Amino acid sequence: MSIPILMPALSPTMTEGKLTKWHVKVGDAVKSGQVICEIETDKATMEVEAVDEGTVAQILVPEGTEGVAVNAPICVLAAEGESVADAAKAVPATATKADAPDGAGSPKAEPAPKLAVPPIASAPAAEPEWKGKTIRLTVREALRDAMAEEMRKNEKVFLMGEEVAQYQGAYKVSQGLLDEFGAKRVIDTPITEHGFAGLGVGAAFAGLRPIVEFMTFNFAMQAIDQIINSASKTLYMSGGQMGCPIVFRGPNGAASRVAAQHSQCYASWYAHCPGLRVLAPWSAADAKGLLKAAIRDPNPVIFLENEILYGQQFDVPDDSDFVLPIGKAKIERPGKDVTIVAFSIMVGKALQAADELAKNGIDAEVINLRSLRPFDTETIVNSIKKTNRLVSVEEGWPFAGIGSELAAQMMEHAFDWLDAPVKRVAGLDIPLPYAANLERLALPQPENIVEAARAVCNR
Amino acid sequence: MAKPVAKAKEETLPAKTKAASKSPGPGDNSVSPHQLKAFYHDMLLIRRFEERAGQLYGMGLIGGFCHLYIGQEAVVVGMQSTIRKGDTIVTSYRDHGHMLAAGMDPKGVMAELTGRSGGYSKGKGGSMHMFSREKNFFGGHGIVGAQVPIGTGLAFAHKYSGDKDVSLTYLGDGAANQGQVYESMNMAALWKLPVIYIIENNRYGMGTSVERASAVTELHRHGEAFGIPGVEVDGMDVLAVRAAGEKAVEHARSGAGPYLLEMQTYRYRGHSMSDPAKYRSKEEVDKYRSERDPIDHLRKLLIDGKVADEAALKAVDTEVRKTIGDAAEYAQHSPEPDPSELWTDVLVGA
Repeated sequence: MSIPILMPALSPTMTEGKLTKWHVKVGDAVKSGQVICEIETDKATMEVEAVDEGTVAQILVPEGTEGVAVNAPICVLAAEGESVADAAKAVPATATKADAPDGAGSPKAEPAPKLAVPPIASAPAAEPEWKGKTIRLTVREALRDAMAEEMRKNEKVFLMGEEVAQYQGAYKVSQGLLDEFGAKRVIDTPITEHGFAGLGVGAAFAGLRPIVEFMTFNFAMQAIDQIINSASKTLYMSGGQMGCPIVFRGPNGAASRVAAQHSQCYASWYAHCPGLRVLAPWSAADAKGLLKAAIRDPNPVIFLENEILYGQQFDVPDDSDFVLPIGKAKIERPGKDVTIVAFSIMVGKALQAADELAKNGIDAEVINLRSLRPFDTETIVNSIKKTNRLVSVEEGWPFAGIGSELAAQMMEHAFDWLDAPVKRVAGLDIPLPYAANLERLALPQPENIVEAARAVCNR
Repeated sequence: MAKPVAKAKEETLPAKTKAASKSPGPGDNSVSPHQLKAFYHDMLLIRRFEERAGQLYGMGLIGGFCHLYIGQEAVVVGMQSTIRKGDTIVTSYRDHGHMLAAGMDPKGVMAELTGRSGGYSKGKGGSMHMFSREKNFFGGHGIVGAQVPIGTGLAFAHKYSGDKDVSLTYLGDGAANQGQVYESMNMAALWKLPVIYIIENNRYGMGTSVERASAVTELHRHGEAFGIPGVEVDGMDVLAVRAAGEKAVEHARSGAGPYLLEMQTYRYRGHSMSDPAKYRSKEEVDKYRSERDPIDHLRKLLIDGKVADEAALKAVDTEVRKTIGDAAEYAQHSPEPDPSELWTDVLVGA
């Protein structure tokens, strides 16, 4: 059997090249890996190595030939036991790309996929209204209890991060966990976010359920490659083999007077990425129910807390199995005149604004998103069908923010029900300043929300 | 001009253990004739697989980036022989050899290269992103150095579960300067994690030589700051690799913590398929090929030691060619993934 050698491509974009030099001549024995010729494109010169063994029977393209098409036969080898003369007779006709095996060159034309607006994914059912006993907890305590309860249930759950163990948490969220679970499961790390985030990802690939605490999400920027490239994409890139059940949690957004590097909202950064779940609780019940859901979820979850909320108290169902559905927004205050959508600390500001608006006869509905990915478009659309007006509120920057996504989604799904353009209330488009007065001016306040709501209501 | 490849030297830390100063021969008790022949088969399988992958790339059947392992075969084959079922493996994007050494099916690997549904990742990962839970192969990672914290995390999981298994974490000389590598080494040493860091020093991180990239070019010393013992090994000699690997694995498995092996090796091809490799001389490449080839070296050991004769080796060659031919055939005829695969495997249970 004669073996044709074809003009190779040096890159996926190369279509033709120059055959600059032959290193073999007819009659030469050729071994696998031996350089047989050199080819050149506008970018590079490269040596071509033989894959098959045999004897050169015929050279089809002389050296110096330009414009040799990729996949055209350039020489013929006689296989072992075959005469050079016989092989030379079996020269293939001048090859074109069409002679290449199935699938060579450009992929088969698939019909272009429909890029129409995807239908609204239905959100999970809302949690049933809690009728049982409640207890008063701070957000901090609720987060601690959520972790402790899940660690009691599942040996594979462990907590790691800076100062989570002996120091009891930089913000005391992990208070008492070292005492109960020991140093094997509550682990102080060195200050190496990239390293321990990646280590957590590896442990999750191996089947453990890490909770990785970032002292604040500002420091997770050091680790974002491991979060996005390793944690969120590997399931897809492995064809479904490699799940990554991990929770990355910590305070997000502005605290108080810590200036630009320590005061940034990462909601839209993470919500942008497929393969992640992104949660942002407001109340202690949110914190507990969603963190438990996050720990039980088989996917990587970004859990955005808020330092200022840690000390705030809320009623929380008194039940160690209280879990909230991921992907379901909550109507915190029903209303009929305008929908105000917020998440995390801004839910409280929106509720304050709603009280203020009520004094002016505007009945606002306040929606707590709780989950940014998946996004509960359905609940918001249903609200707009009632109020016909929408204000989004977020602490982060407006450009390409959660409010931008919300506005776009409502153009796609609720355009006919809107009586006014969507209004965004967001942090100012500047690094957060340190001075107390400037900081207050840079972050959304209830009066900004009132103003926006009145504007969309024309009142 | 490259420095001559050094034979294994004494490690720098701690003083009490020493690397094999010369490779054991076929008479060595730890390697049976059967194993030696298996090494030859496995190394040849990788070599022929990579040559064929290069050919399919040239034909436009493989797209994107494709990094070939030709020249480095002794490293993975030697290391694989030192581990047991349960031990885990992770590496970077020059990963075809690691997968074949781990026992993954050449058909599935080749079909992933051609982007077909029969590939290990259903055609959604490509050359750089392949995995096998069954073979404990955890990738195949495309970001230089990112596999090192992941491999350290695998070791963390071994320790956490108390299974006494170890993690083989491979990286190249290019990755050896990444910050996250040192973050990982620190934690591994601090927590005595059972991980063996294997630096495959093939002398060039893409087009930049080790001398132009590392202030300390003795990469086996890069764990010194963390007290990690490090050894330089002749990565072109499968028996030297095995001897050093056994010590390292034993060290990690015993609970003594991480170990670092610097494999002196060489890649014959460019960094990727589209690299003309103008940063090194043809003489340098030819010298390695003709004088240091790991397969020729083993072949000579087999013949000289009368472990196998020419006919037996020819039979191995024929068998390997058939395996690779079948893999290439499969990879060209396995169908492209169905468009519905666009939306699968984004999240578990969603």
